[in-house]
Order: sequence, then structure tokens, then C-alpha cells
Amino acid sequence: MELSTLSLKEIGDALRKKTVSAREITGVFLERINRFNPELNAFVTVAEEEALAAADEADHRLARGERVTPLTGIPVAVADTICTKGLKTTCASRMLANFIPPYDATVVSRLKEAGAVIIAKTNSDEFGAGTTTGYSAFGPVRNPWDKNREPGGDGGAAAVAAGLAPLAVSFDTGGSLRRAAAFCGVAGLKPAYGSVSRYGLAALAPSLEQIGPLARRVDDLALLYQVLAGPDPLDATSLPADGPGRGGEELTGPAASGKGLRIGLPREYFTGDKLQAAVKERVLAAAGIITGEGGEQVDLTLPSTEYALAAHILLAAAEASSSLARYDGVRYGYRSPEAADIDLLYKKTRTEGFGSEAKRRILLGTLVLSAGSYNDYYLNAQKIRTLVIREFAEAFTKCHLILTPVTREVPGRAGEERSPLRQYQDECYTVGANLAGLSGLSVPCGLVDGLPVGVQLLAPAGREALLFQAARTLEAAVGEFSPPILRG
Amino acid sequence: MKLEKEKAKHLAELARLEVSEEEAAEFSHQLSEVLDYAGKVREAPVEGVEPTIHLLPLTNVFRDDEVKPFLTREEALVNAPRREEGFFRVPRILEEN
Amino acid sequence: MNYETVIGLEVHVELKTEAKVFCGCAARFGSEPNTHVCPGCLGMPGALPVLNKKAVELCIKAGLALQCRIAPFSRFDRKQYFYPDLPQAYQITQDDLPLCTGGKLKIVNPGGEERIIRINRIHLEEEAGRTYHSGIGATGYSLLDFNRSGLALIEIVTEPDLRSPAEARIFLEKLQEILRYVEVSDCKMEEGSFRCDANISVHPAGSQEFGRRMELKNLNSFKAIQAALAYEENRLGSLLAAGTPPVQEESRGWDETRGMTFFMRPKEKASDYRYFPDPDLPPLVIAEEWVEKIREDLPELPEEKKNRYMKEYGLSAQDADLLGGSRETAEFFEATLRLYPGEAKTVANWVMGEFARLLNLEKLTPAQSKLKPEALAAMLQMIDAGEISGKIAKTVFEEMFYSGKSPREIVEEKGLVQISDESQLAALVRGILAKHPGPVADYRAGKTKALGFLVGQVMKETKGKANPGLVNKLLREELEK
Ligand SMILES: [Zn+2]
Repeated sequence: MELSTLSLKEIGDALRKKTVSAREITGVFLERINRFNPELNAFVTVAEEEALAAADEADHRLARGERVTPLTGIPVAVADTICTKGLKTTCASRMLANFIPPYDATVVSRLKEAGAVIIAKTNSDEFGAGTTTGYSAFGPVRNPWDKNREPGGDGGAAAVAAGLAPLAVSFDTGGSLRRAAAFCGVAGLKPAYGSVSRYGLAALAPSLEQIGPLARRVDDLALLYQVLAGPDPLDATSLPADGPGRGGEELTGPAASGKGLRIGLPREYFTGDKLQAAVKERVLAAAGIITGEGGEQVDLTLPSTEYALAAHILLAAAEASSSLARYDGVRYGYRSPEAADIDLLYKKTRTEGFGSEAKRRILLGTLVLSAGSYNDYYLNAQKIRTLVIREFAEAFTKCHLILTPVTREVPGRAGEERSPLRQYQDECYTVGANLAGLSGLSVPCGLVDGLPVGVQLLAPAGREALLFQAARTLEAAVGEFSPPILRG
Repeated sequence: MKLEKEKAKHLAELARLEVSEEEAAEFSHQLSEVLDYAGKVREAPVEGVEPTIHLLPLTNVFRDDEVKPFLTREEALVNAPRREEGFFRVPRILEEN
Repeated sequence: MNYETVIGLEVHVELKTEAKVFCGCAARFGSEPNTHVCPGCLGMPGALPVLNKKAVELCIKAGLALQCRIAPFSRFDRKQYFYPDLPQAYQITQDDLPLCTGGKLKIVNPGGEERIIRINRIHLEEEAGRTYHSGIGATGYSLLDFNRSGLALIEIVTEPDLRSPAEARIFLEKLQEILRYVEVSDCKMEEGSFRCDANISVHPAGSQEFGRRMELKNLNSFKAIQAALAYEENRLGSLLAAGTPPVQEESRGWDETRGMTFFMRPKEKASDYRYFPDPDLPPLVIAEEWVEKIREDLPELPEEKKNRYMKEYGLSAQDADLLGGSRETAEFFEATLRLYPGEAKTVANWVMGEFARLLNLEKLTPAQSKLKPEALAAMLQMIDAGEISGKIAKTVFEEMFYSGKSPREIVEEKGLVQISDESQLAALVRGILAKHPGPVADYRAGKTKALGFLVGQVMKETKGKANPGLVNKLLREELEK
């Protein structure tokens, strides 16, 4: 039995029948991590001891038949921007290279409560600022499909694709989770704003980001999402128990048909000349699958798309400049050894502790919020956000879901020099969901030149069941595929 | 919009970052390019449009006035780069505030 | 040439909440450093603020007590600057949509003139941590305690309506009294829960234009505030007189020992705080019903009380002011009055006299003392019934204050019952007259003042227990025989 490719349900069945123990499962993944992580660099920290202890605890639960959930005994990789009590949490930054949080993020508490085994902390760009993991203080992540390709802005997708963990939890400020899912050929969800607690996620852009799940299968994605999502009194922006998307609908199930499903295709997402023809073809084919299954296609226009990315760049930078100000070397984290007074301590610590992209966003954000530019940049960007929200809301009266590409191209060459603006533009299809607080799900829709391509499905909060249904329909039609590393 | 090198240095000062001449030049170049693009927000048709200050329609989200002890002093200080007798210690503060 | 002074104040007041404003840590003064802290008030990665409802209510309460408009819609912003006691490098505060705006407070200035001081705004924010400086010069360093970080704080900003340092002080004392009264804060200046920055300018009398503004910081007692403002008023006046008005707005400190203000930095250098709305905190919608509910909980304010005392009880303005000024004193006064059917003025005299003296001596508040209104009412009734004399009552009162016993218990234990037995007293009186022939002769020669001396002697003999009215009567009868 090749455990590393089984679905959650299959592993769960084996655990409950006791044909395998949680300790054995964790052992299998730890072994794969030891073998493959050195070349993939998907993790900053592997929590071997803690994971085995958690697996033993899960075995106890299984033996007693107590509090057994679909995640009991299942290893999960958690982004290193999410606080884990007693376990180093670096945010992929030199600033926090030795930071050990005294508390768990809410999602981590929920995972532990479900009996999941936190096996490792995943690498990403520093504080999640970037699109390729090239800005990690601990070196870039490699794409398991081709080590010379970039993996998107997050190591969780690479880890899941390579079978180093069956599930991963990451976060998405402008598309990093969804782009990584697309580039590594796995499913990933940026939940609707407020559905998953942000408590314990080191903030980059708090009004834009959400923590979300990554998995190889849509059903597994749904199961993990259901554990992560829920109201949290510690996050004032978390949707209340009776809010949208809190219906507790069944999100997993057999490959549903597309019958009655109206899929909107926004013109603006398919017209740019930067969209690679072969990628476009795959995405349109995915739309075709849904209509072929009885769904309906609706042409849409979202005119403010032209301004959305610009607004996102400015808002993300503004919020990042504020979120990252707390890293000053006073109470925790890196402190520059050569600082005779407090001002030098700030400057040296922050100069030595932050990498180039974090600094760039801090500078840009500082400008955006300065008295002289606030109205021009910050307020206008927030007004554009209003337009984007309105247009999506209007679109969702005409269709159930919106279908778009996730990326313009297949993964680029690792380490390729591109200007910051070019990198920001990588996220042109994904930032809309962050600005408007929508659910955005990326699911594989085929290969181009042997590299995976994803399709994005967007939905407002409360329409998660349809979102997963459509994703399962695509998954069933496209079929599973695995990177060479997983095939052995 | 061009972001002058001097302006980049000033922003760095505000954000408590040190930048060398070359870095200032590089940031100014890169951010000028970003602002040339992102500056289009100023031309968007937003007249009469309210900014989205809060994404969700939530209001009055409160906690009760109840004390919930959280960290021991040791937990609070364990990550401190430097501590002294239960305090966080920092080098001297030059009179500014 | 005459000059006019213009003063505006910014007062920071720590609210009386159990927990901090955005986390569940205890809001307690005087604990071991860094023992009431959490990821939130230490600014750790990932921590999020959730607003303490009580803090909002107390801010609204302060607003109502100062006759402010309560905003129907309000929100929080981040004020960004670097300082080691500010753990997130931004303070969560309110910039353009504060909870309260446009209030007023009436004071009576030293000239006896009534003045309305307008309140510009009151907003809710979080407190910073505490910095302790150690060592000097290049070897100096600082120690940080974050117990205070995140306490609920309001900032009250006045319009520039104050015209003298003395007015500023009166205003602050009045403000402190009201905030204590409505239990928004304990306003302890010595603990820093009531702090003040002052803006002052001086211009030639009659000029329409205000002079350049000086901001005085870190004024931590009423005395310091008045002294610093007076110093600055003089300094600015002399500069104007010398024809060298200040060239820039400044922030200035107060050197208590030298009794001088000193230059800190020019005001133009004030940072750009890069305010923006805090994305972690949803806005506030303050419904009318909520405000009304808070208003109902509001006690009668000192000003209203004072007027009522004058009208209902016929007290003088000064007495009414004294009694109404402290909530506990007023409550004691009114509770006693409910139990005692006699003159309000009598109760007032005891409360403001003996009671205040003993409280002051023992550094207690009315509620902390063992003396209860029931006891005072009972004692007053005993006086009226002639059971004890006013003089004895003083002894009884003191005993009640320290022991908490009822007046009857004390009177019985100590045998303090007034001697009103006429035959017993008559014998005593005759004895005294025999012992003091001189004064007796004086009285009979028309020097009626001698009577006082003789009454005193009887009282002395009876250790104050003799009924003074009766003694008077008996003496006169004997002398005029
Ligand atoms: Zn706290």
C-alpha cells in the first residue's frame, strides 16, 4: 500500500480498521520528507518528535474510538507564517529565525482538536511577500514537477504534490496559495474573507488575506476546509456562526454533474496578450467540461479588473508596511548586535532582518499612507475595491460561479530575474478574490509542456457547496496526475 | 510617477530602514516602475464611490470585560533578545519623543 | 502693554475596566513587570485585537457626563510611530471618527466668573507600555514593562477656551471630579491614570490673532500644570514685550526642580503618523437606545446635585458644592438625611466638619470608613432628644468613626448620658457659685459675661455631660436670687 498517494478517506478507513497506525503513517511521510525535502526545500522546520507524539495521541484516540474525525492521525504541513506553540515559526524571515511562539493560531488549535498531526512548517516568501518563494530567507522551494521551475509563492503546494504531506495549510494575500496549487498540480482554496480565523497568522495584509487548505484531491480539500473554517471570538473579522458560508452543508461527495450550474467567464480574464495560448486553451476546456456535464456558460464583463491589480498592489503594500513595523528587535526575534542606542537598534535590526521584497513593500506602503499620497493612492484604491466588489456581486446574480485562469503561464524558470512590477503582475487573475473577499479555488485542469495548469473557480461566501461540486466535476473529468517524484 | 532617490531615502528613514546609495537608487527605480503602473488608480472612474474601509458588514464585535490570564512572565520574556530582572532591556533611548 | 493667554488641554485618562481594551489581560497597577501580558499587548506576530465593550461604554459615559454628542458611527485607526513601549509600532486610536465630539464643562474661575470650556472630542485608544531609564550617557539603557500596554485610555481634547493657568487647573480638578463621580476612571495623577499635555499661546490684548503655540508635555500634578503654564505665560509675555516673539511652535518639557520649562523639539518636526483605518477592527454603530441605557446609569452629576441641594435643602452654594463634589460624600449625606428627619444643614455640618476631618486624618473615603449613615442619624436624634449634648456628641462621633459602634452603645458604655436632672444640677450649681465668689460678684455688678465662665465650670465638673440649657437656666436663677 503506497500511503503517500491515498485519499484521506482511504487512510482514515485503514486507520479505523487498524491495518495501519497513525505512527506508521507519520513515519512514512517523515521518511519521504527526509528523502526529498533536501532538494525541494518545501519546509523550514520538520517537527519529527512533536509529530510522532501527536501520532501516538491519535492512535490512543483511535484505539478508544474517542473524538475520531476524518483528520485524526493525518499529517498536515502548516505554513511557517502560522504560529505553533513551542514550535519555531520563522515566517521565512531572518527576523524570526529563532522565534518560538507561546501560543497556537486558531487553525492550529482546530487541527490539533481534530487529531491531525502537524508534521512540518512550510517555506514561503518572507512573510508571504512574493510570488515565487525566491524571497525566503531559507532559500527557494523547488517545483516537484521540475526542479528548475518555480513552485508559486508557497511551499505547501509543493509538499503536497511531492507526497511529503497529504495536506497543507497556507495563506493567500494576493494569490500565492492558488498559484502554488496551480503550479504544483494540486487543489487549493483561498476561503471567503472571514470564514477562517486569522488569529495566529503573522499578518502581511490583514484586509486581504485568508488561511486556506491545500490537498491533492477536492474531497480532501473540503474536509480540511471544514476543520479550518468556523467563527472565532479571537478574530473580530471572523464571520459569526450564523453568517454566510456557515450553513454546514455537505461539501464532499461523488463527482457531481454540472447540471444547472451557471459558470461565468469574465471577458477581461481571457483577453490579455500575456495569457499563454496553451494555458487559455486548457482553462476554456475546463469550462467546456462543466457545460458538457449539463452546465451553462455565461459571458461576463468586470470592467474594473483593469484597476484591480493596481489597487491591490497599493493596499497590500500599505498594510504590509504597518504589519511589519512591529519587528523591531525589542521584544522577540532578531536584534542587531551592534546598536548603541534605540534608533540604531531599530535601523540595524530591520535592515539586517528583512529581505529585499519586504523592504520594498514597506517603502511603498509608507509612501501610500503618507499624508501627501493617502488620498491619491490609498483612498482611490479602496474606492476601486468598492467597484470590484459591486461588479462581482452583480456578476453573481447572473451566474453561480466564475471561472478564470489562475496564472498567465506555466511555471517560470527558477531564479529568473524579473522586475518587482512583473512579479506583482503574476497575480493579476487572483487578486480580485482578495479584494472582494470571495472564495477562490484552484484545481488542476491539465498539463502544458509537462507542467500543470490550474483553473480558478470564484464564489461568494455561502456558495462553498457549489464551488466544491464544480471542482469535483472538473477533477473527475481531468483525472489525477502526479509529478515524477511521486510516481517513484 | 517617478519616485526620486531622495524620497526613497526619506521613506526608509520613516520606516527605520538603512539604505545605501545603490539600494536607494535601485528602490527608486523599481518603485517608480510600480507607481507608473499603480498610479492608474488615480484615473479610475471613482467619483462618488465610497471607499471600502471594511470588507465585511460586521459592526460592534466585542469581548466582555473579563480577565483571562495568558502568558507567564517567563513565556513573555523567553524570546526577548535581552532581558533584565523581568524587564525587556533595550539600549538607551535618545530624547526624541 | 497687556497680553492675553490662550490655553487648550489634552487629557489622557485610563478607564476603569477589569481587562485591557483589546485583550484579556488584567488592567492592574503596581504588579511585577510583564506579568499581565499576552501576544496581543506584546505585539507578537499573529495576535489580533478584539474590543472590550466596557471600554466603549465608559468612553460614551465620559462623553455624556461632559455633554458631548455621541457618534452614531465610529471606528479605529492605526497611528504609526516607533517607540520601544509601543509594541506593534502603531497605536490603535481614533482619528477622524471619534466616539464623542462637541461637549462642554462649566467652571467658576478665580475671579468668580462662570466660564464654559468647550470639549472638542473624546476618543478611545490603547495605552503604551512603561519605560524605565537606567544609567547615564553612553552606558545608559532602558527597561520595558508591558503591563500597562493596551490599557483602555480616553483622550479628552478641549477647545482653546482657557484664559489663565489658574483656570486650567480649576478645569482639570473639575474634570477629575466628574470622571471619578461617574466612575469612568479613578483619575490618579500619581499613578498616571490622569495625565495632561497643555497648549499655550500669548498675544497682545485685543489682537484677533493667537500667538505661536507651545506644547507643554509630561505635566504630572496639578501644581506642575499650573506652575509650568504660569512660567510659560510669563516667558511668552516677556518675549512679546521684548519684541522678539517666538519664531516657531515648540514642544517643551517641565523641569520641576528648576521650576522652568525647557525646549524639547520644534512642533513642525511632528511626525506624519500615517493614520489609516485598522483592518482588524470592524466599526462601531452606536444605537440611540444604547446611549440612553448608558445615560440612565449615569448618576446625578455634581453640578445638578449642587443645584438641587441649594434648592431643596437651602444649603449655601459653598456647602452644596462641597457635599456634591464627591460621589461617596454625597451618597453618605443623602443616606443620612433619609434616616434623619431634622435639618439638612445639621447633617451637612457634621459631614463637612467632623467626618471630613477624620477621613482626611486617616486618609479614608466615606465608603471605607466604619461610620455608617444609620449611626450618624441616630446620634443626631439623640442630640435633638436632649440625651447627649453637642459637645459629648463630638466624642461619640469620633468613637463611632473608629469603632463602628452605634451611638447608644457608646453613650451607655462610657456613661455619657446628659445630666438633665434638675435637683442634681442645682446642687452642683450652688457648689460652683460658692467656689467662685469673684465672678459671682462681677455678674451681679452687671458683667454678664461672667456667666459664660460659670457655665464652663459646671460643664468641666460634669465632664461635659450637663445639659447646657438647663445649667444656664439654673445659674441665672441662683445669681438673680
Ligand atoms: Zn494582553
